[in-house]
Amino acid sequence: MSQSVKRTFAVFVEDKPGVLNRVASLFRRRSFNIDSLNVGATQEPGVSRMTIVCDADENKAKRIEANLYKMVNVLWVDDITHKQTINRVLALIKVNCNREQRDEVLKICDVFRARAIDMSPDRVTIEITGPQDKVEGLVSVLRPFGILELVQTGTVAMTRGVEKHDLAHPTVPASRSSAA
Amino acid sequence: MTPANPKLKNRLGESLSGAHIIWEALVREGVEVCFGYPGGAIMPAYDAMIEYPIHHVLTRHEQGASHMADGYARASGQVGVCIATSGPGATNLVTGIATAMLDSIPMVCITGQVPSALIGSDAFQETDITGCTIPVTKHNYLVTNAEQIAPTIREAFYIARSGRPGPVVVDITKDAQQQSCVLEWSDEEIVLPGYRPDYAPLAEQLEEAVELIKNAKRPIIFAGHGIIKSQGTEALMKFVEKTNIPVACTLLGLGGFPANHPRNLGMMGMHGETWVNKAIQDADLIMAVGMRFDDRVTGNLKTYAPNAKKIHVELDPAEINKNVHADVPIVGDARAVLQELLPHVDKCDRPDWLAYIDQIKGDSAVRDIKNLPDLGKLYAAHVIHDLYRFTEGKALVVTDVGQHQMWEAQYYKHDYPRKLITSGGLGTMGFALPAGIGAKFAQPGDSVWVICGDGGFQMTQAELSTCAQEGIKVNVAIINNGFLGMVRQWQEFFFGGRYVATPLLSPDFVKIAEAHALTGIRVEKRSEVEDAVRKAEATEGTVVIDFRVEQEDSVYPMVPAGANLHEMIERPHKPGSHSHNPIFETGEDE
Repeated sequence: MSQSVKRTFAVFVEDKPGVLNRVASLFRRRSFNIDSLNVGATQEPGVSRMTIVCDADENKAKRIEANLYKMVNVLWVDDITHKQTINRVLALIKVNCNREQRDEVLKICDVFRARAIDMSPDRVTIEITGPQDKVEGLVSVLRPFGILELVQTGTVAMTRGVEKHDLAHPTVPASRSSAA
Repeated sequence: MTPANPKLKNRLGESLSGAHIIWEALVREGVEVCFGYPGGAIMPAYDAMIEYPIHHVLTRHEQGASHMADGYARASGQVGVCIATSGPGATNLVTGIATAMLDSIPMVCITGQVPSALIGSDAFQETDITGCTIPVTKHNYLVTNAEQIAPTIREAFYIARSGRPGPVVVDITKDAQQQSCVLEWSDEEIVLPGYRPDYAPLAEQLEEAVELIKNAKRPIIFAGHGIIKSQGTEALMKFVEKTNIPVACTLLGLGGFPANHPRNLGMMGMHGETWVNKAIQDADLIMAVGMRFDDRVTGNLKTYAPNAKKIHVELDPAEINKNVHADVPIVGDARAVLQELLPHVDKCDRPDWLAYIDQIKGDSAVRDIKNLPDLGKLYAAHVIHDLYRFTEGKALVVTDVGQHQMWEAQYYKHDYPRKLITSGGLGTMGFALPAGIGAKFAQPGDSVWVICGDGGFQMTQAELSTCAQEGIKVNVAIINNGFLGMVRQWQEFFFGGRYVATPLLSPDFVKIAEAHALTGIRVEKRSEVEDAVRKAEATEGTVVIDFRVEQEDSVYPMVPAGANLHEMIERPHKPGSHSHNPIFETGEDE
């Protein structure tokens, strides 16, 4: 049994009512635990793209892929865990910050390439995009100041090369026949 | 695709109500009979039904409608259709839908929905049936305007019957039924961008399989439901006759390979034959065709078939490596794969392996209670064995779930596909009578025997009234032991013999039959079985036979849930070890 790792799937689905519900229901029903799920439009009209992050070993990942493919509204599934990818989350962090602390907080933001986007005499709101671990790094440094509020998106991910997903006419990759 | 139904007026291009379009679409999909129950949100559709050449069977409960559609589909290989109203009508279908889902049965369920303007308002008889059925359907649809009805129903039939079949729900709002639009119907091939039902096996995987088969000394073929669904019986026979590999069947695979064929071993799994399970544990190659390694088949996965390489032929890629690791996965249609493999495998006699299996079979024969005397008592296994003899193995048998189901699987030998209908995956009590009615509509020329327990029969007994109203004949054999027998057996084996909530007081089933103006027969001795079976076969109309069998008999052998497959509880046969059950004394063959 191979090791359980964080898996990232890019899932292309038809933009129809209820598709998110179907995908979420599949993960729940099969006890595949979702870490994060992000859904939004693609360059192709009528096609949405989900980025799903979950814990799974190699075998489970294959089963997730096969079960996603069984859904009528799912067009393409790409397990991009081991591919060269760009992964991003967006977080907004509101921290306690008085006048004396402001310089220090803004320096921290510089280090993490985060931006202060709102400020009041006793607090500052910071925006950061980046991989999940970078966001977590910033949060841990800011925690001593007192985090008032934190919100973040799930991961969105894209491979670095040019992956040709001909979305208008998706075909089943040959590897599906060798589900092992 | 559209069958030229001479009874259907050509109304293409006419403006019709959505209600009419539902029936236009169903007739064009070849539907001749549907099972249902009317109600508020589906009334427009019912009102239009009378204009169409479809026979509607009014059931007594929507669960009955979904099981009838299921039984119809299993007996015919066609898509079964049921129809119900919104809310409770739709939710009552769900047990039948889940039953069909677990056994991959093609079914289309039409449900009414509250008017689209009321959706989400908790309107009278509103339930989110598409939401409810996502996990138990292959796909489902909510249709809110008339234009979508015809293309959606066409798509629903296509999805239900193609690939690995399954149930599809089409939920149609009342206003969509009441609106009018121009009837259009396309006969072009349906292309759904995200749906690929058919897979061709990869050449290298076929080659690897051939290599494994060539080198195997102790191979077994598993015949699953996929053999029957793909009409692969003949292909399997040719394959087996060339390779001489013995065949073990899953519960749903029974009949896919003739029970009386010399290479047929019998059923595997929890209540499979001892020699089958032992042979599996000793095998060096398993070629599983059209099955999914259910936990009732494998027992403890860690010790399952430890010496065997596994070739897994299965149409659904998501089943590969789900429970059992496949050394060679072959994704494809069971029949097509067997046909492709046939020219490449060698002729082989395998005398040693076959002799070995014969020898372990001989060791187990003592448990075969049909060879044992009845000592004046009525045993369920005897009833089923006699049913098999007096119907000459030709009946279409529909079983419920529990002990009688396992005895049927053990003692009614099925030589032909689609002659055994049973709820395997979901194990739905109450399935047999309605499924039997559906099967009879599909195969009116067959002698249909519904075998059920006293518990399961009472779950859907109201459908006797459907039999009476429809004038349809099924023979109902109630294996009446006064207990919820399988649960009682587990209580005896695993819960210290505490019979909690299993003793069952039943009505007089003969009188129940008579109350429906049907025939009821009671059988208390084995000597009465033959007359009862023959009388039932000769009687017009549905017959109910109340077989008053031994109350505390158990199904043997048994692999306890999660136990090792080779560690079966066998029927105790030492005199005195089970003194209340004298059947264990050896006797002569009948």
